[in-house]
Amino acid sequence: MTASTAPAATTAVPPSARRARRRGAALGLLAWFTGIVFVLPVLWMVLTSFHSEPDAATNPPSVAAPLTLDGYREFFGAGGGASPWPPLLNSLGASVFSTLFVLVLALPAAYALSIRRVRKWTDVMFFFLSTKMLPVVAGLLPVFLFAKDTGFLDNIWLLVILYTSMNLPIAVWMMQSFLADIPVSVIEAAQMDGARLPTVLVRVIAPIAGPGIAATSLICFIFSWNEMLFAQVLTGVVAQTAPAFLTGFVTSQGLFLAQVCAASVVISLPVLAAGFAAQDKLVQGLSLGAVK
Amino acid sequence: MSNPTTAAPVRGPRPPAAATATRRSPEIPRNRAREWATRAPLMPALIFLIVVTQLPFAATLVISFFDWNAFRPERREFTGLDNYRTVASDEGLRESILTTVLLTATVVIVSVVLGLLLALLLDRRFRGRGLVRTMLIAPFLLVPVASALLWKHALYNPEYGLFNGVLTWLGGPQPDWISDMPLLAVEMSLVWQWTPFMMLILLAGLQSRPLDMIEAARLDGAGNWQIFRYLTLPHLRRYLELGTLLGSIYIVQNFDAVFTLTRGGLDTANLPYTIYETFYNAHEYGLASAAGVLVVIGTIVIATFALRVVSSLFREEVSRA
Repeated sequence: MTASTAPAATTAVPPSARRARRRGAALGLLAWFTGIVFVLPVLWMVLTSFHSEPDAATNPPSVAAPLTLDGYREFFGAGGGASPWPPLLNSLGASVFSTLFVLVLALPAAYALSIRRVRKWTDVMFFFLSTKMLPVVAGLLPVFLFAKDTGFLDNIWLLVILYTSMNLPIAVWMMQSFLADIPVSVIEAAQMDGARLPTVLVRVIAPIAGPGIAATSLICFIFSWNEMLFAQVLTGVVAQTAPAFLTGFVTSQGLFLAQVCAASVVISLPVLAAGFAAQDKLVQGLSLGAVK
Repeated sequence: MSNPTTAAPVRGPRPPAAATATRRSPEIPRNRAREWATRAPLMPALIFLIVVTQLPFAATLVISFFDWNAFRPERREFTGLDNYRTVASDEGLRESILTTVLLTATVVIVSVVLGLLLALLLDRRFRGRGLVRTMLIAPFLLVPVASALLWKHALYNPEYGLFNGVLTWLGGPQPDWISDMPLLAVEMSLVWQWTPFMMLILLAGLQSRPLDMIEAARLDGAGNWQIFRYLTLPHLRRYLELGTLLGSIYIVQNFDAVFTLTRGGLDTANLPYTIYETFYNAHEYGLASAAGVLVVIGTIVIATFALRVVSSLFREEVSRA
C-alpha cells in the first residue's frame, strides 16, 4: 500500500475539490459494497455452520436463528459418523512433508539458478515451469497403475511425492526470484572465508531470503492441503485427505447443510488463517515472484 | 536467453571485471569440473521432476496405443492409432474440449476484467481499505472443494439456498440454478474464486506505477481516462498477461468445481473430468490415455505462447535486477 493519486488531484485543483471528494466517497462505498458481496458467501457458510439443521435449510433464510455447535459436534463424529481426524491428520502430514521435500530440493536448485547462474539457466527455469503446464490427468493413470502394482495405493507417501512434484516448479521460480535479490558480494565474502555450500545456505542465504522462503512454504502447504484429484483417485480409507473426506462425507451422510458448512469451515480454517496472515507474500509468491 | 556473465555483474555492487573473474576459471579441465560443481545443487530437483512428471507421461503415451479395458485385461493388445480415431470421433469428448475452452475463457476473461475494476477501486484511498481488501481475498483462500460445496448446497440449492432465499425476500422467481444454467453455475463459482487473485496481482501492478510520470501527465492537463489509457494500462500489461497465464494454467485443469457441482453432467464435463471418468469409472485405459495425450498436445500449443509471455516478463525482470 503505497501512495494514491487522489490527494494530489484534490489539492491541485481547489474548485473541483468538493466534487472529487464526493466522487471519491461514492467509489469508496462501491468498493465496500463489492467487498461485502464477495465475502458474503463465506460469512453465510460460517453462519449456517452454527445453525441447527432445520434452521439451516429454510427458505427464506433464517438469519436470526439461535446459534448452536451441533453442526461441529456432528462433524467430529459425535453423531456416529466417521471421524474426520484421520483425514485431517493425513492432509496435515501430506502437506507438511511435501513442503519440507520441496524446500530441500528447491533451495539448492534456486541457489544454482540465481546465484551461481549455471549455463542456460533460463532454459532450465522454463523447463521447470513447463512441467506445471503438463495437465495432471495426462500422467495420472500410469501413477495409479504403478501404485496398484507396488502396493502404494492408499499410501500417504505417494501423495507426498506427487505433491512435491506439483509444487516444486512454483517453489523453484519463487525462490529464484527471492535469492536473486541477495547481493552476490555477500555470498562471495562468505565463500572467501571458507564457507561451503551448506553453511552459505544456512548462515547467509536463509536469513536474508527467510521471508521469501516462508512465503514459498506457505503456498506449497496451501496447494497440497487443497489438492483434490490425486487424493480422490489414489487414496481410499487409510490415506484419505480432508478434501476427499469432505466430498465423501456429503455423499455418505446425505445432505445436512449445517454439518457440511461446519466441515467446510474446519477444513478451510488453516488456509484462511495462514492466507490472511501473509496476504502480501501470497500475491508475490502466486505470481512466481514476478510481482514485487 | 541472457548470458550468465553479462547478467551477473549488474546485480552485485562489485565492478563487473571482479565478478566475472570469480565465476570463470581460465584452465579448461578445471572449468569442466567446476561447471559440474555449479550444476550439482540443481540436479536433485531436476532429476526428481523428470522422473515424477515426464516418466508417467511417457507411460501414458505408450498406453494410448493399446486397446486396454481394465475389466478385460486379457484382451489388451496393441492397436496403433485406433484410440486416437475413437477419441476424435467421440461426440462427448469433442464436447468436453469445447466446454473446457468455453469454461476457461469465460472465467479468465471475466475475472480479469472484474479484478481490474476492483484493483482500480482499491488503489484509491478510502476508509477501511485494508478491511475491504481482506474481505475480497476470502474467496480465494477457501479450500476449492469447500467452496464448490458451499456454492452447490448453501447458495444454489433451489429449496433453501441463499440465492433463492434472497429472491423470496424480493418476490422474485425461484430458478433451479444448477439444472437451469449448469455451465454458468460452474463459471460463476470459479469467477468468484479467481477474481480476488486477479485483483491482488493487478493491485500490486497499480501500486508499482511510477507516480512522477502520472503527476507530470496531470500537470500537462491529461484527464483521468487519458492517464488510464496511455499510462496505467500499458504499465499493467505484463500484470494482465501474468494473471491471464496463471489463471489459465489452473482453470484449464479445474477438477474440483466440475466434480462437485455437476459431476460432469448437463454438458459441463471438461477434459480433466472426462478423462477421470474414462479411466476411473469406465476403466478404458487406452482411450483415457489417448485423450490425455491430446490434451497435452493442446496444452503445448497454448503453453508455447504462454511461455513466450512469461519469458518476456522474465527478461524484463532480469535486465531490471
